[in-house]
Amino acid sequence: MSDPDSRYLLRSRPPAEKLVDISFKNLSIAMASVVAIVLFSILIVVFQASLESMARYGWQFLVTSDWNPVDDQYGAGAAIYGTLITSLLALLIAVPLGVGSAIFITENIIPKRIRDVIGLMVELLAAIPSVVLGLWAIFVMEPFIRPGLELLYQLFNWFPLFSTPPMGPGTIPAVLILVVMILPIITAISRDCLNQVPQKLRQAAYGVGTTRWGAIINVILPAAISGIIGGVMLALGRAMGETMAVTMIIGNSNNFSVSLLAPGNTIAAMLANQFGEADGSQVSSLMYAAFVLIVLTLCVNIFAQWIVKRLSLKY
Amino acid sequence: MTTFQQPQATESHNTDVALSLQNVTISYGNFEAVKNVYCEIPRGKVTAFIGPSGCGKSTVLRSLNRMNDLIEGCSLKGSILFGGVDLYGPKIDPVEVRRRIGMVFQQPNPFPKSIYENIAFGARINGYTGDMDELVERSLRKAAVWDECKDKLNESGYSLSGGQQQRLCIARTIAIQPEVILMDEPCSALDPISTLKIEETMHELKKSFTIVIVTHNMQQAVRVSDMTAFYNAEAVEGGTGKVGYLVEFNDTDKIFNAPQQQATQDYVSGRFG
Amino acid sequence: MTQTLTHNQAESAPDLSYKPFQRRNISSGALSFLAALFAVIAVLPLILVLGYVLVQGGSKISLALLTQLPPPPGLEEGGIANAIVGTLVVTAVAGLIAVPVGVGGGVFLAEYSRSGWFAQFIRFGTNVLAGVPSIIAGVFIYGTIVTSRILFGNAYSAVAGGMALAVLMLPTVIKTTDEGLKLVPDDLRRAALGVGASRFVTIIRITLPAAFTPIATGVVLAVARAAGETAPLIFTALFSPFWSDLLTPEGIFSPIATLSVMIYNFAIEPYEFHNELAWAASFVLVVMILALNLFSRWLARFAAK
Repeated sequence: MSDPDSRYLLRSRPPAEKLVDISFKNLSIAMASVVAIVLFSILIVVFQASLESMARYGWQFLVTSDWNPVDDQYGAGAAIYGTLITSLLALLIAVPLGVGSAIFITENIIPKRIRDVIGLMVELLAAIPSVVLGLWAIFVMEPFIRPGLELLYQLFNWFPLFSTPPMGPGTIPAVLILVVMILPIITAISRDCLNQVPQKLRQAAYGVGTTRWGAIINVILPAAISGIIGGVMLALGRAMGETMAVTMIIGNSNNFSVSLLAPGNTIAAMLANQFGEADGSQVSSLMYAAFVLIVLTLCVNIFAQWIVKRLSLKY
Repeated sequence: MTTFQQPQATESHNTDVALSLQNVTISYGNFEAVKNVYCEIPRGKVTAFIGPSGCGKSTVLRSLNRMNDLIEGCSLKGSILFGGVDLYGPKIDPVEVRRRIGMVFQQPNPFPKSIYENIAFGARINGYTGDMDELVERSLRKAAVWDECKDKLNESGYSLSGGQQQRLCIARTIAIQPEVILMDEPCSALDPISTLKIEETMHELKKSFTIVIVTHNMQQAVRVSDMTAFYNAEAVEGGTGKVGYLVEFNDTDKIFNAPQQQATQDYVSGRFG
Repeated sequence: MTQTLTHNQAESAPDLSYKPFQRRNISSGALSFLAALFAVIAVLPLILVLGYVLVQGGSKISLALLTQLPPPPGLEEGGIANAIVGTLVVTAVAGLIAVPVGVGGGVFLAEYSRSGWFAQFIRFGTNVLAGVPSIIAGVFIYGTIVTSRILFGNAYSAVAGGMALAVLMLPTVIKTTDEGLKLVPDDLRRAALGVGASRFVTIIRITLPAAFTPIATGVVLAVARAAGETAPLIFTALFSPFWSDLLTPEGIFSPIATLSVMIYNFAIEPYEFHNELAWAASFVLVVMILALNLFSRWLARFAAK
C-alpha cells in the first residue's frame, strides 16, 4: 500500500508555485500603480511644456485676452472666462431640470412603468458621443434657435449680454449643448440619492400630515442633498472639460466678448482647435492653458468628494 | 386657542366611538392580506391589536390613517368611519386624515433636524400660530423626555438614544394635536426601561387622546390597554398563503381571562404565535 | 389650516375632503406639474438627437457606404468603410491595454489591500483620473509618445490613439473590477483558502470568475464610451482618408481613420457630401454604442439566472 500522501504531489508547495503567487501580487501592485504614474506624468508633462509660457507671461496669462498666433502674443483670459461662464450657465439650467426630473422619476405621481422608461431614456442620452451631439448642434439645434436669438438681439441689444448679432456658432448654443451633456449625470445621481432616503423618513413626514411636496422639500431633499451636490460638482467638472460638442458650436473666437450671442471659446475647445497646427511658443501657451484646465477640474473634483463627506446627514 | 370651521353632521353616530371599521378588506395587488374586519374603536381608551405575525394587524393599523396609500398596489374595500365620515371616500384628502390621526412607528424615525425643529415642523405645517417654544416644551414634557432634551434643543434628533428618539417621535405626534394616536409596535426596538417609560406615558396620553396600539407583547397589552382585538391568520381556500381576520374584540380582561373563541384562548395561553 | 384643541368634533362631522384650491394643494399640484414638465424637457434631446441621426444618417446607409473610402472634397461618391475598421482597431488596442491593467489594479484594491494607505491613495487617484478631460489625455499622449517617436520611430499612430483611449478607460475598469470583486462573498474566498489554494489560484480560479458579470458589464460600457471619443484621437491617431494596411506592422503604427474623428472633420467642412457622410458615420457609431449598451444589459440579466 503506497503512502496516501504521495498521491498529492503538491502537498508542500514547490518554490515555483510560491514564486508565481508573489509575482502575481507584485504584478497587481504594479498595475494599480499605473494610475498614479499616469496621473503624475500628465501633470509633469503638461507643466513642463508650459514652463516657457509661464516664465514669459506669469499670472497675466490668466487675465489678458489677447490671443494672437500671428503676433506671438498669448493671453488665455477669454478662454478661461468662456470655460467658466459656459459651465456655470449650463449648471444653472441643468440642475433644476435634472433634480426636478429625478424627483419626478422617484415619486409615484405616474405609474412606475412610464417612470422607468423616462429614467432609461435619460441614461441613454449619456451614451451618445460628444461629437454626434456637436453635429446635431450645428445642423439642427442652432438653426432652430437662431430666430429666437435674433429676437433677443432685436429686443435687448442695449443690454451687454445680448449686444452682438447672432451669427451661427456662439456661446448660447454651446451652453445649451452642455446642458444636454451634463443632464444625464445630474439626473442619474440625484435619482440614486433620492432613492436611498430610507422609507421610514418618508413615513415620518407623511405621518405628521404633510403634502407630497411638503415631504419632498422639507425632509426628503435635505436628506439627499449631500449626494446631489456631489453629483452637481461632478457635472461641473465634466462641463468644464467637455471638448468636442463645444468646439463645434462655440465659434472658437480668440476675441473676448461679454455678449452671450457672440462666438466664444473655452480652454478645451481652444486646445482641440489649435493644437494640431501649433508650433513653437504657441504650443507652450496652449500647454499653459491646459494646465489651468487641469487645475480647475482637479479642484472641482476634489471639492466634490469633500463636500459629499461633509454634508452627509446621518440618519 | 385656534378655531376650526366645521360643517354640520349629516348623520348621527355614537360619540363614544372614535373609529368604526365596516367590513374592511385590505389587499396588496391580488393578494388579500386581511378580510372582513368589523371593529368599533372607543374614544379616549387604549385599544390593543394582538395576534401572531402575518395576521394583518399592522396593515389594519396603517389603514386607519391612510398610510397604506404609500404602498403601491394596496387597496381597501369596505369603509372606515371617523366622526361619521368614511376615510376612504372618493373626495377625502389623506393629508387631512393624517392631521387628525397621528402615528408612531416601530423604528424611531426623527427628522434629520434639531430636536426643536422635529416638533416645530409638524406643528407649523398644521397651522399652529401660538407660542412655539411653549408647545415644544409641553409636548416633550407629555412624552416624558423634556429633561433629557431641554439643554440640547438645537442638537440633532439623532443625538438621542433609541428610547429617547421614540419618545421624541411621540412628542412630535402629540404636538399636532390629533384625536387618535396610532402606535405600531412602538417598543419593539427598545430596551425594557425605555419600554416601561413609554407605557407610563401612554397612561397619561389616554386622558387626551384615543390610542390604538399594535403589540406582539401580550403582557404589554394587559398592562396598557382597555380593549383588545385579537387577529389571526388562516389558509386561503384554494390558494397559497394566509389571510388575516379579526377573531375577537372585547375588554382586555375578558380577552385574556375569559375569551369566547378557542383560537383566542390558545393564543393568549401561549400555545402558538 | 387651523384646528381647535378641544374635542367637540363629536357633534359634527369633520371636513376631510380634498380642497383643490387650498394654498398647499395648489402649490403641491403646481410643483408636480413643473417636475413633469422638466422630465419631458429632459427626454426631449434624446428623442430629437436619435431621431435625426436615425433618419438623416440611416437614409444614407447603403452597401457602397459601408465598403468604400471617403472621397476628396467636392466629389460625391464614397463611404466610411475605413473609419469603421479604424474605430474597431483603435478601440481594440485601447481594450488590450486598459483591461489587463485595470483588472490587475482592481484585483489589488479588492483582494490584497482594501484599506491600506497605498490603496486609498490609488482609489483617490482613480477618481481624479476619471475627472481629467479627454482632450488632456490626447495632449498627454501626444507630448510623450507622439513627439518622442518612441513607438519604433513613428509619430501619429493607431497605437498612440489606443493608448490615449486607454487612459480614459482605465478608471472605469479599475472601479468596476474593484466593486465587482467586493461583491463576491468572503465565504467563497475562505473556502478556497481552506483547501489550501494560494491567493493567486483563489483569485484566478474562484473570485474573478465569480465577479465576471459585473466586470464584463463595466468593461463593455467602458469600451462603448471609448468608441465614441474624439478628442484623444485628434492628436494621436490623427486621420487618414485611406485604408490602413493592417496586415503589416506599418498599419497600426500610422495614422488611421476613425468614425468619431471623421464626424468631427466632415461636420465642419462646407462640402455637402462630406456632411452627409458625417451623419451616416454618426448613425453607424450610435448603433454600435447602443448595441454595446444593450449587450451589457443582456449580460447582466443573463448572468442573474
